[in-house]
Amino acid sequence: MPVTWKWESQRKQYGKALVELGKERGDIVVMDADLSSSTRTSDFLAAFPERFFNVGIAEQNMMDTAAGLAASGKTVFVSTFAVFGTGRCYDQIRQSIAYPKLNVKIVASHAGITVGGDGASHQIIEDIALMRVLPNMTVIVPVDSLETYNAVKAVSKTPGPVYVRIGRADVPTLTDKNTPFELNSATVMRDGADVTLIGCGIMVARCLEAAEELAKHGVDARVVNLHTIKPLDEKTIVKAARETGGVVTAEEHSVMMGMGSAVAMCLVENFHVPMKRVGIPDTFGESGGCEELMTKYGLTAENIVEAAHDVLRRKK
Amino acid sequence: MTDIPRESRRRHPQGDARLEIYDGEFIRQLESIAKKVRRHSIRMIYQAGSGHPGGSLSGADIMVALYFHVMKHDPKRPDWQDRDRFVLSKGHAAPALYAVLAESGYFPVEELDTLRKMGSRLQGHPCLGKTPGVEMSTGSLGHGLAAGNGMALAAKLDRRLHRVYVLLGDGEMDVGETWEAAMLASHYKLDNVTAYVDRNKLQLDGPTEKIMSLEPLADKWKAFGWHVIEINGHNMKEIIHATNEAKGVKGRPTVVICHTIKGKGVSYMEGSLHFHGKAPSDEEYEQAMKELGD
Repeated sequence: MPVTWKWESQRKQYGKALVELGKERGDIVVMDADLSSSTRTSDFLAAFPERFFNVGIAEQNMMDTAAGLAASGKTVFVSTFAVFGTGRCYDQIRQSIAYPKLNVKIVASHAGITVGGDGASHQIIEDIALMRVLPNMTVIVPVDSLETYNAVKAVSKTPGPVYVRIGRADVPTLTDKNTPFELNSATVMRDGADVTLIGCGIMVARCLEAAEELAKHGVDARVVNLHTIKPLDEKTIVKAARETGGVVTAEEHSVMMGMGSAVAMCLVENFHVPMKRVGIPDTFGESGGCEELMTKYGLTAENIVEAAHDVLRRKK
Repeated sequence: MTDIPRESRRRHPQGDARLEIYDGEFIRQLESIAKKVRRHSIRMIYQAGSGHPGGSLSGADIMVALYFHVMKHDPKRPDWQDRDRFVLSKGHAAPALYAVLAESGYFPVEELDTLRKMGSRLQGHPCLGKTPGVEMSTGSLGHGLAAGNGMALAAKLDRRLHRVYVLLGDGEMDVGETWEAAMLASHYKLDNVTAYVDRNKLQLDGPTEKIMSLEPLADKWKAFGWHVIEINGHNMKEIIHATNEAKGVKGRPTVVICHTIKGKGVSYMEGSLHFHGKAPSDEEYEQAMKELGD
């Protein structure tokens, strides 16, 4: 990866954004389930102890309590690891948050396979699927730490349920102060005419690397950061498909029903182009180092380049 | 609309909770509303062709006591910030809740007949945002106490004095989350929460003690740090008395274990498993209406 990239923790910026929000607004309440020092909600706890509620290891209880707080006018940020903050309390999110459209923001960390050593029990690769199928739910996968900060600020002003997925590992900073962050609107990170690489989260950096590699072979690849998976920015996706004639998606998530599937469904219904999804195959992960796991489960820039060549072949 | 004089709906000052202050006439008025609520519930379920009569009838008196005497609320302002909150955790008793809300004036009584029908504001289970007066979407069991706790935490944060009332089914005591919520309420000293357990001793598949034994239930709540009161859940005086007692308890939440009879008020439904989740037939409906007549 280019050495010029600055690597930073998304969680750190999450903690910072929460503290700022806490200063600006009295209605902000934060909850965690015994993981506050990992998710960095501990920063909020230190600043506003009276507005922070630790529920212990009880995620179901946390979601319903958050719903009650939201029903009384609070803007509630709830955090834990993504594996516990989605599947473990799915019914609570469905019944008490999504169905009544309550103002609960689930910001879940340690998502995906890059959790690393903890192994498959902690590597959730199906959370995007679980959350995007819920009516009323917005699903956001910030690309870097700055975008995490911007996303948290943006969703705090938007009523309704939101899922924000962040990781454990430090990620390269791809955006800067001037990069616009608009909910529901994908960001074109690099223009190109031959093929479009659509990534989310840490895979956007790999898409940019892949684009560099493809350029060496005379292929002009567009890179899109699809930070909001629901609602889907169909306009940007269809435009890219129309203008480049082929699409590759890349996500640190199961290929079954994640971001790539959302893009595929959009293109099938709107504009047919050859397409390939890069992601984790239909399998659980395992313990290992981040890079080792990314390589074994097909999440490298090379995998994206290969997929792009496949799409380019089918374009002809 | 209710025929209870506005004056008597006011909260009684603490320490003035002796049963004698409730004269016979006042209690009779509450009982008469409860009978009306039972009639509505059975009619709604009969017309819808589905629903849960047993649990609607067992919890009816508790809801009537709350909405027509205990709670501070204003049907004309369902979003009044200082209102007391009621969460029907056992959401399948929705017909009784809707009947109580309609009789209180949240929406026209005629609307009750739309229960479970297309386009109705009265969904099979309570839906927040759809029905005026409904404070939380429920139906999937075991969620209501935690949601009520959230409302109680918000009240404490905002230094508001309103209270939160949660009606739980005894079958819900099987759900782990009920006990997570019980721990939380106690940990955060939510003395503004009063939970009622509709202890009718029957769940869908059979007697609670056969399906998943709950006893000693009062000891369980005590062990979780709650103030526990046991009453006859069909006796208005006892419900009101227990509620007043709860208001005086500081630093911990109160649970009122209400011993009730499933299907209370309709002879053939009383203590019957059969009417947990089944609408009455034409003949059964006629008989129920006769029994619940004035």
